[in-house]
Amino acid sequence: MTDRSYRGHVGIGPKVTGIALVAKDDFSARYDLDRLQGIFSRAAHKLRGQSYVGAILVLDNAKGGVATAWMLYEMKARRMAPAALLLNAANPIMAQGAALANLPLLDRFEADITGLLKTGDKVTVDPAAGLVIVHGA
Amino acid sequence: MKLTEYEQAMRAGAFGEPRRLAIEQQIEVGRFFDAEDFVEVSQAHIMGDTEALGAAGVEFLERLASFPEAERQVAVPTITDPRGVDQCRYRLLKQRDEWANLELRASAAMRSLGVLMTDTCINYQTIQAPVFGQHMAFGDTGVVIYSNSVCGARSNFEGGPAALAAALTGRTPRYGYHLDACRKGKMLFELAFEPRNLTEWGALGALIGRAAGSYWSVPVLSTVHTSPGSDELKHFGAAMASYGSVALYHIVGITPEAPDLHSAFDGAVPAARRLTRDDLEAYYASFGCHDKVDVVVFAAPQLSLLEMRELSQLLRGRRVHAGTSLLIATSPENKSACDRMGITQILEEAGAMVLSGVCFYQMYAREMAQANNWKTLLTNSAKLVNIIAGYGYQPVIAPMDVCVEAALRGGMAR
Repeated sequence: MTDRSYRGHVGIGPKVTGIALVAKDDFSARYDLDRLQGIFSRAAHKLRGQSYVGAILVLDNAKGGVATAWMLYEMKARRMAPAALLLNAANPIMAQGAALANLPLLDRFEADITGLLKTGDKVTVDPAAGLVIVHGA
Repeated sequence: MKLTEYEQAMRAGAFGEPRRLAIEQQIEVGRFFDAEDFVEVSQAHIMGDTEALGAAGVEFLERLASFPEAERQVAVPTITDPRGVDQCRYRLLKQRDEWANLELRASAAMRSLGVLMTDTCINYQTIQAPVFGQHMAFGDTGVVIYSNSVCGARSNFEGGPAALAAALTGRTPRYGYHLDACRKGKMLFELAFEPRNLTEWGALGALIGRAAGSYWSVPVLSTVHTSPGSDELKHFGAAMASYGSVALYHIVGITPEAPDLHSAFDGAVPAARRLTRDDLEAYYASFGCHDKVDVVVFAAPQLSLLEMRELSQLLRGRRVHAGTSLLIATSPENKSACDRMGITQILEEAGAMVLSGVCFYQMYAREMAQANNWKTLLTNSAKLVNIIAGYGYQPVIAPMDVCVEAALRGGMAR
């Protein structure tokens, strides 16, 4: 059982450890989530019905509108936010929202991050180093 | 990031705590996107409806508003995106007093920062259109894509907190669509049909947005043999931004940075993907048809004065079905114009509700659906059908005249 690590671009927010929730699908807080219940609600989303609260959420691309920037802050204030967001490609909205919410965000990995991690993995996200560590893999 | 002396002083708190917090947040974002420095912006546009803000966001604005006036006033003209309730009509929609109160608090806080409450996502049609090359910090995806593509202005998507930060500092990190290199075409689409109405332009935007799929792709559309107007490109861009998070497109021979195919790209022109009327029909068919329609919505983006006029021509002297609600959202400026010109009266006499300064999906749409027993929704907006399914609606898309006929008979004709 050894740790393995993957490198991304330098990210935003504090270092955090948690359990990964992974899907090859995109992310928008406005389009995809029931933020009161803390679950994915859009019928076509691969994580439909699953809770993201406290998870290291690992998805493909940021998509959709600008609302996510406020929503990350609001979700975090209610303790209903994911613990971190790992994306293949973030957009400005995710970065701006993460900066206000102080929510760990990392993107631009050496390979498709949704293929490198799987749901249930215990991972540490270190945004300042641009690093994701999978424990006991 | 390289900071000027002025920016360093701001970071050190010389111009007050709100500006210090704002520039710190901007530096984090700038570092994330490898920005070398800041660029000054001429305007900011803040998305800040209370559904997105929540109580926590409103309290954040109120904290900023509690600082001394010299420290909290925005540094550049700053305007707002639609609100979550229309204070004159929210009870008719069974929206809650608590949301209206939260909206009043958010508006009061933003006003005390010196923000102009324009409450519109069509500022380029109603307030002031940007000029070629102007750097902006715009906060609605539809506004950004229109300003970048049609006007040749330069803005990234600036979410509410980021647009507010830019408003306070008067600048934004120079990355993305502020840079020449990012603005060149990345993929090419060839149009093999002529869009016939606003909905078809929206659907075309949806098809391109879905294929583009990322903020950083810049689609180029060629062989457009018709002359789209402002409303056509409004629907086209808003849908593309919604489906693909796209912030800039070029149309060869129509938009200013694509006088010809080669100018649109940096070097070689990629192979084109053809978009046909079959693609359009397949897009429509994916939504199906509703025998009974609970709510018909014209919004997303807010309607221009010309769209309002067209609706009034379709609805004059007729009556919306008792089992169907018909909602129309426009900007406060256009609402006043429609009041003055008799358009509102025609629409209201037909049983439609004309909403001012809001947009449907920013209005606590999930709770409105439950309170009003709405499930099936019909709209001519490709942006809205994309968003609203996540709120528990079954959306269908059709052109404006088909939507109106369905509102009159309570369902769509087979």
